[in-house]
Amino acid sequence: MIRIGVVGLGRMGLSHLSIVRPHPEVEVVGVCDTSRFVLDVMKRYTGLQGFRDYGALVESASPDALVVATPSGSHAQICEYALERGVSTFLEKPLALTLESGRRLVELAERSSLVTQVGYHFRFVPSFEEARRWLDRGLIGRVHHFRVAAYGPTVLRPRGKTWRARRSEGGGCLYDYASHAANLVTYYFGAPEAVGGTVVRSVFSEDVDDEVYATLYYPGGLTGQLCANWSDASQRKMSMRFEIWGTEGKIIADRQECQLFLGNEPESASGLHAGWNVRHVSDLIPPVRYYVRGEEYTRQLDHFVESVAQKRLDNTNSFASAFETDVALEMIRVDADRASRTSVPDAGSVATGTASHGVAETPG
Amino acid sequence: MTETVMDRVLFGDNQFFGVNHMSEEKAREQAVRFRDSSAIVATLDIALDEGIRTLMCTTHERMAEVCAHMRADPGRYRDYVFYPCMPYAHKYNDAVAELGMMGALRKFAPQGPARALLAGGRSAAGRNVDPLVRLLVDAEMKMFQGLSTPVVFLQNVVVDFLMGLGFEEAFRVFADHIAEKYEAEPGFITMNLPALVDVLDRLGIANPIICSNINKAGFRMCGGVEQYERTLRERRFRAIAMSIMASGVVPPQEAVEYVASLPNIEAVVFGASSKAHIRQTKELVDAYMGRERDGQLNMNGS
Repeated sequence: MIRIGVVGLGRMGLSHLSIVRPHPEVEVVGVCDTSRFVLDVMKRYTGLQGFRDYGALVESASPDALVVATPSGSHAQICEYALERGVSTFLEKPLALTLESGRRLVELAERSSLVTQVGYHFRFVPSFEEARRWLDRGLIGRVHHFRVAAYGPTVLRPRGKTWRARRSEGGGCLYDYASHAANLVTYYFGAPEAVGGTVVRSVFSEDVDDEVYATLYYPGGLTGQLCANWSDASQRKMSMRFEIWGTEGKIIADRQECQLFLGNEPESASGLHAGWNVRHVSDLIPPVRYYVRGEEYTRQLDHFVESVAQKRLDNTNSFASAFETDVALEMIRVDADRASRTSVPDAGSVATGTASHGVAETPG
Repeated sequence: MTETVMDRVLFGDNQFFGVNHMSEEKAREQAVRFRDSSAIVATLDIALDEGIRTLMCTTHERMAEVCAHMRADPGRYRDYVFYPCMPYAHKYNDAVAELGMMGALRKFAPQGPARALLAGGRSAAGRNVDPLVRLLVDAEMKMFQGLSTPVVFLQNVVVDFLMGLGFEEAFRVFADHIAEKYEAEPGFITMNLPALVDVLDRLGIANPIICSNINKAGFRMCGGVEQYERTLRERRFRAIAMSIMASGVVPPQEAVEYVASLPNIEAVVFGASSKAHIRQTKELVDAYMGRERDGQLNMNGS
């Protein structure tokens, strides 16, 4: 049995708890939250022992592993505490809010030989995994460009009372949406060499960004664009779409399906053919032991539990891997602050009839 | 309470609200097509003309317009039956993201029970969420006032979430409230059928109505096809099969043939937008599973 403690009983913490508790090889030995109300209700209805302080949970319940789903600003502190006491850690994304603390966590994880994982669940969505397999097989030739877009309806008004609306605690579209997009980018291509032309700005929020657009540069000429916007009311929930252009074809992946266009008939007998090849998620999806809100959420936690049981350190989304995402996010953040732009003096002097469509002014 | 006699074929509503497990593009097309509730009603009318008079529907706010339409025409919809499936989870999910857990509680349950609950005693025993559950159910049921709702479902995301947490008492509170206040039967939707049958058994909810994916492909059937088949054979509950075509993986005839070969399945729920699809599925179910029971009492197991 793996003894697990869950720290932070907000949306993600409760979701993780509901998925991990039915695991036949897991015993949930305690839960931690700052809200006495939540702990009382949990105690009464689920029998779970509650703690107001994660230190007390670790000391008195002796978990083998923690699932940490607290506001991002507290990630580093809690994970350091856990790893220093020999407790493996599953952490909600992102890893850390500064490269310095992220690096410290990666070093600590490596020194302690403990299993670490960050909740970048898109790596467990079958269509994005299939895209990775197609890339690994070189099916679309030399890849020269990609575009990843994450849109959703999270912030549609200038209010918001939770930590997600506060920059100091790691709120904002960059850490919430763009982090998932950047993680898929590093899954396929690693961390970029440089970032340029970035826009990170608010649409509605007072203290945090609501949309992120950036160009990513790689050695060898590969470029990509990352778009994230959590103020898109047209979406029912967060969407993710990855498009990749190569010299021999193109890949499009989203949560439901994975499509491959091949310019020529492939050489090997792969079941693929020239033109469009489509794989639906229902064809690809592996069965899971327990389903709450998407197979990927179960698969990532099962992967973590299995890694802890087998002491496997080369698991998916380890702290070291998630740090690559942090690096990409940091480049985006710094480039946005720089706000460099190019214009040609006097270029507009002979232009006529250019309509204005109420283009937004970029602050700063 | 007398057990409800369910129709063999129930109509689902995923297609109306941009839910498609196959393709995001298709989901968007459907959202465009059904942006006006009259388009939803038109499709329900097609189904009704094919003899499908039960709508198993999410308590999506747009469903209120459909309800109003049906209330206004008691002649045509006299025998129409709703099986509400609550809650529409995105509403609560979005509120929790925006306001936090406590803020969301205050927003949806501002009245007495929630205030008392939040003030609470200083002990776990003081934290009685039962009144809150009843309050939330009542809020979701409002749109169906004056319409027939003999079975009221708890959505799978809530059922499976609560079951995973071990928060099983909520099912008991839900079931009692549905029976007492609405004189209806509680229903449960789940992606984890074998596990839920055990839990409801333990809670003493007898011969419950449970809706789950049942398809040849094993799509979203946690525990696997074999365990589902065994549960259907050996346990006492009333099954509704959904996702019988596994989002298009299983062809219609094969899908219905498979479901018809299993014991204990009382009804099939499916969603479709075109007359051809609606008629095809209805005819297949009639052919393989027998026609409507014309109000005969269901003697299953009792």
